[in-house]
Amino acid sequence: MTNTKIKFDKVEFTYTPPSGRPVQALERLDLDIATDEFVVIVGPSGCGKSTLLYLLGGFLPLVQGEILIDGRKVTRPGPDRGIVFQHFALFPWKTVRQNVLYGLERKTMSASQRQELAQKHIDLVKLTGFEDSWPAQLSGGMKQRVAIARTLATDPDVLLMDEPFGALDAQTRGILQEELLAIWGSRRKTVLFVTHDVNEAVLLADRVVVMSARPGRIKSTIKIKLPRPRTPEVALSAQFVDHCREIWDLVREEALKASGVRT
Amino acid sequence: MKSIAVRYAPIVMLIALWELSSRTGLVADDVLPAFSTVIERLWQLSASGEMLTHVGASLLRAASGLGLAITIGSGLGFALAASALAQRLIQPSLTFLYPLPKSALIPVIIIWLGFGHAAQVAVIFLGCLLPIILGAYNGARSAENTLIWSARSLGANAVETEWHVIIPAALPDLLAGIRVALALSFVLLISSEMVGAQRGMGFLISFLGDGGDYAGMFASAFVVTAIGFAADRGYLAVYRYLLRYREA
Repeated sequence: MTNTKIKFDKVEFTYTPPSGRPVQALERLDLDIATDEFVVIVGPSGCGKSTLLYLLGGFLPLVQGEILIDGRKVTRPGPDRGIVFQHFALFPWKTVRQNVLYGLERKTMSASQRQELAQKHIDLVKLTGFEDSWPAQLSGGMKQRVAIARTLATDPDVLLMDEPFGALDAQTRGILQEELLAIWGSRRKTVLFVTHDVNEAVLLADRVVVMSARPGRIKSTIKIKLPRPRTPEVALSAQFVDHCREIWDLVREEALKASGVRT
Repeated sequence: MKSIAVRYAPIVMLIALWELSSRTGLVADDVLPAFSTVIERLWQLSASGEMLTHVGASLLRAASGLGLAITIGSGLGFALAASALAQRLIQPSLTFLYPLPKSALIPVIIIWLGFGHAAQVAVIFLGCLLPIILGAYNGARSAENTLIWSARSLGANAVETEWHVIIPAALPDLLAGIRVALALSFVLLISSEMVGAQRGMGFLISFLGDGGDYAGMFASAFVVTAIGFAADRGYLAVYRYLLRYREA
C-alpha cells in the first residue's frame, strides 16, 4: 500500500485482570492504514477492537510488536492522535467552551486565536448558544458533539473513535453519522473507528476490518466501494445491502464462536 | 417564611417546655437552669468580652488544626493514589490508625506537647487527617481512565493531568471527607480543651461547670452549638458552589 500513515506490525496484547489469569486480547495483528483513509473495525464483543485503538492512542503499554505512525513508533499519548470515547469523557467541571479550549491551551497561539478556534468548532458541531453550559446540562448527543469539537479543535492527524455513537438513541446516531461524514468530507483525516454496528461501518468506511473472536486477529478486510460524498440514502442501494450482508455473516460467525456456540 | 416557621416549630416548643419545667419547679434549677436564665448569663458573658476571648482561642485552634489536616491530608491522599511506593509506605499505618478513637490520643499528646496551644492543634490535626486522606485517595482513584486519556491526547503531561483531571475528579470525595473532618474538629477541640487548656470553649464549659455556674455552662454549650451549626452551613454553601457543575 502506498502512503502508509499507520502500521500495526505483529501487535500482541495480553492483559491480566485484577484477580484472574492473563487474557490474550490481540494475537500477531498486522494492519496498514493509508493517509486520510477511514477504517472501521467491527467484531464480536471482547475481540480486542477497543484495545487496538487504545494501543494506537498510546494509553496502554505495547510489549509485543510495533505500531508506527509516519514511520515513528508509538510510545505515549500525543496530540497528533485525537480520541472520542463512547461515554464522551468530557471534563464535567468545565463548561462546553472550557472543554473545547483545553487542548488549545497547550498550543502556542494568542488567547484571541484560541477563543476564535474554540468558537469555530462549537459552531461546527452546531452547539452555538451552549458555550457556557455544563456537560451535565446536555443530552448524550450534545455531549458527544462537544467531545468531537474538543478533539477536532486541536487538529490531530489521526482521529480515533471508540464506539462514539454506541450510547446514543437511533435518531441521534443517524444525525451524528451524517455530520461526521460531512465534517470528514471537508477536513480529511486518517480515522480509525470502532463499532459493532455493521450498517454504521458500511456507511462510514473506506475499508471495514472484521476481527475474529478473542484472541483478536484480523479475519478479513472489505473495501467499501460506495461513492462519496455519502448520504444516508446510500443505505437503500443494493451495493450497501450486499456489503452489510457480507460483513454481518463474517461477524456473526465470530460472535457465535465467542459465545461458545458451534457452527 | 412560613416554611421556616414550620420547620423550627419543634425547637420553639422544646424551649417552651424547658422554660416551663424549670419555672414550675418540675426540674430543679441547679440541674437544668431555665432557658431565660441561660440567655441572661449568655448576655453577661458576652458583654464582658469573656466569651469572645474563649471563642477566639477555640476558633484559632480549630482553624489551624483543620487547615493543617486539609493541606497535609489531601497531599498524602493524592500521593497514595498516584504512587505504589507511597501506598506501601503509608497504607499500613493508616489501616492501624483507622479504628482508633482519636480522643484517646489526647493524654499522649499532652505528655508530648504540654498544656499549650500546640497540643490542641495537634489533636485536631491528627483526628481530622484520616477522613481527609481517605477522601482525597478515594476521589483520586475514582478519576476515570477515559478522562485521563483524553487530557493526555489533548497534549497534557503527567503533572498537568494530575492538576487538571485527577484532583478536580477527586474534589467531591475530598470535600465530603473535609465535611466529616469539620464535625470531628469540634468534638476534638472541646474535649482537648477540657483537659489541657487555660482558654477556649472547652475550658470555659468545664470551668463554669466545676464552679457550679450551670447557667454559664449551658450558655457556653449553646455558643459552641451555634458556631458548629454556622460552620457546617457555611461549608455546605462552599461545597455546593464548588460542585455546582453537577446540578443540571
